[in-house]
Amino acid sequence: MAKFVAQRLLYMLITLFIIATATFFLMKFLPGTPFANQEKLSDAQIEILNEKYGLDEPLPVQYVTYMGNLAQGDLGVSFQFDNRSVNDILLGRMGPSFILGFQAILFGTLFGVILGIFAAIYQNTVIDYGATLIAVIGKAVPSFVLAAILQYWLAVKLELFPIAFWKGPEYSILPTIALAIFPLATAARFIRTEMIEVLSSDYITLARAKGASGFEIAVKHSLRNALIPLITVLGPMAISLMTGSLVVENIFSIPGIGEQFVKAIQVNDFPIIMGTTIFFAILFIGIIFIVDVLYGIIDPRIRVAGGND
Amino acid sequence: MKEPNNKVETFPKELFQPAKISEDESEFIAKPSLTYWQDAWLRIRKNWGAIISIFLLVFILLMAIFAPFLSGYDKDTQDLSRTYLPAKIPVLENISWLPFDGTNGDGVDVYEQKGVEEYHWFGTDSLGRDLFTRTWEGTRISLYIAFLAAFIDMFIGVTYGGVSGFYGGRADNIMQRIIEVLVGIPNLVVVILMILVFEPGIWSITLALTITGWTGMARVVRGQVLKLKGQEFVLASRTLGQKNSTIISKHLLPNIMAIIIINTMFTIPSAIFFEAFLSFIGLGMPPDNPSLGTLIEDGYKSMRIFPHALWFPATVLSILMIAFNLLADGVRDALDPKMRA
Repeated sequence: MAKFVAQRLLYMLITLFIIATATFFLMKFLPGTPFANQEKLSDAQIEILNEKYGLDEPLPVQYVTYMGNLAQGDLGVSFQFDNRSVNDILLGRMGPSFILGFQAILFGTLFGVILGIFAAIYQNTVIDYGATLIAVIGKAVPSFVLAAILQYWLAVKLELFPIAFWKGPEYSILPTIALAIFPLATAARFIRTEMIEVLSSDYITLARAKGASGFEIAVKHSLRNALIPLITVLGPMAISLMTGSLVVENIFSIPGIGEQFVKAIQVNDFPIIMGTTIFFAILFIGIIFIVDVLYGIIDPRIRVAGGND
Repeated sequence: MKEPNNKVETFPKELFQPAKISEDESEFIAKPSLTYWQDAWLRIRKNWGAIISIFLLVFILLMAIFAPFLSGYDKDTQDLSRTYLPAKIPVLENISWLPFDGTNGDGVDVYEQKGVEEYHWFGTDSLGRDLFTRTWEGTRISLYIAFLAAFIDMFIGVTYGGVSGFYGGRADNIMQRIIEVLVGIPNLVVVILMILVFEPGIWSITLALTITGWTGMARVVRGQVLKLKGQEFVLASRTLGQKNSTIISKHLLPNIMAIIIINTMFTIPSAIFFEAFLSFIGLGMPPDNPSLGTLIEDGYKSMRIFPHALWFPATVLSILMIAFNLLADGVRDALDPKMRA
């Protein structure tokens, strides 16, 4: 197990290193200047500024400094907001994003599991087909289309929910639904398949023979075994949440990381783009790492195979 | 004492005849034998979702090819005298509950108001450009992405995975380490890096998909090739002196074809989503060459007053995504019944 974890950790670091390196060199090749109004500055002023920010050093030295800063968690300074560090901006915006993501994955998986159970118990009935329909739509319809539809019908037309902004719990309902539909669909399909398999196994027949009720069989005996493999889809779920948050936060004007990121793209604020990219990359890779390790704990065959297949 | 009723019915000997045992008859196959693909076709034919999806996709493909010529407008011609016209479609305009009669939310006929004689089937956008043309032009981009993703998967993914699995050893080791790192890099990050260096547009997306789009397929193919190449029929073929190329094309490829197709089918919708998503956040296609994502973003901006600019591209994109997903599910169930979800 220790070897497996160490191996995954090593890959994680290599991947991060490559991303950070690529980021640095691409930043260096970008056209433009980091200083506002450079055309109005004299050569001497530019020289002083370059010296101040270490831009007069040779590229390898700058690279080492950059990697050193990154290793200490320093992502640089924003172009758009004077002298505010990217860390600061990200930290200030982490709250709403985290709350939304947490709610979406919680409610999404919860309702997805419930939907999956019902679909499996009432297999090939109207309930099953309805659940499958919801799952297909939830998986296929892009989150930004869904968010726009929800906002238009439920907020603008019917005025059931606030249209946008982030002023209280009720403001988080629509964005949570928009984000939760993908985890819901994934969990529902997954649990349905697993449950059908478990429900046809011998020990369920035994439980039924000894007189356990349908509910007892579903929850006490089947669900537990069907839930374990759900961990394997947590990775894709988290990734979809992060991509989803970029558009959903933007549509509902939520002051989160995703909204900041899209705004930074629109105004070419490269330090924020790069900082957020690296932040996302760390998050992605960290989640994949955790899922891999959990997976290895649950299913030892994966550990033996080196986690390749 | 009563005698038990143990009287046995007797049959005369003449009634018995030796049964005719003929292997030809007992092994008689009543129905024509089907190849694997015919069998799969039988299964997919019963899948309503998949069949409807095929028709929808053919329809969307035909529309994407021909619709821009149908409307009589091109995607870039601006006409500020007819901005934000609602949808108006001949014949359907007479059905009162359908929103195709050229009236806006307040019931005012905007066509009459602005003195427009022509029909704009999906309405127009903020610059008076015909949305029908733009929507189907945008669909072309989604379909291009679909074919591109399929091609990358089939070509790079299968080759990489096949070589890695078949030759094994050091090459496999190095190739797997490379994949290991590539898989860790999120697609989104690659695209952002691409777009910082190049202009946003079709080539950046193509390049980004080429870099990351094939890793899943390569892993699956490698696993399958590893499993198959140790089996007896490959050994037999090798013993008989077959060349590697023959073994690959005659023995390995036909056996993993189903898995390749299933994987490709699932790659397509996720690639389409990816492009639309990038365009929506402004990293994808520019407005002068719009994709569905660009159009949805554009329509979203004026959603509260002119929702039609959002609905049409959003509907086409959603139908496209649902159809590809259902078809992928159907193909998986048909080609590999064991994997049925």
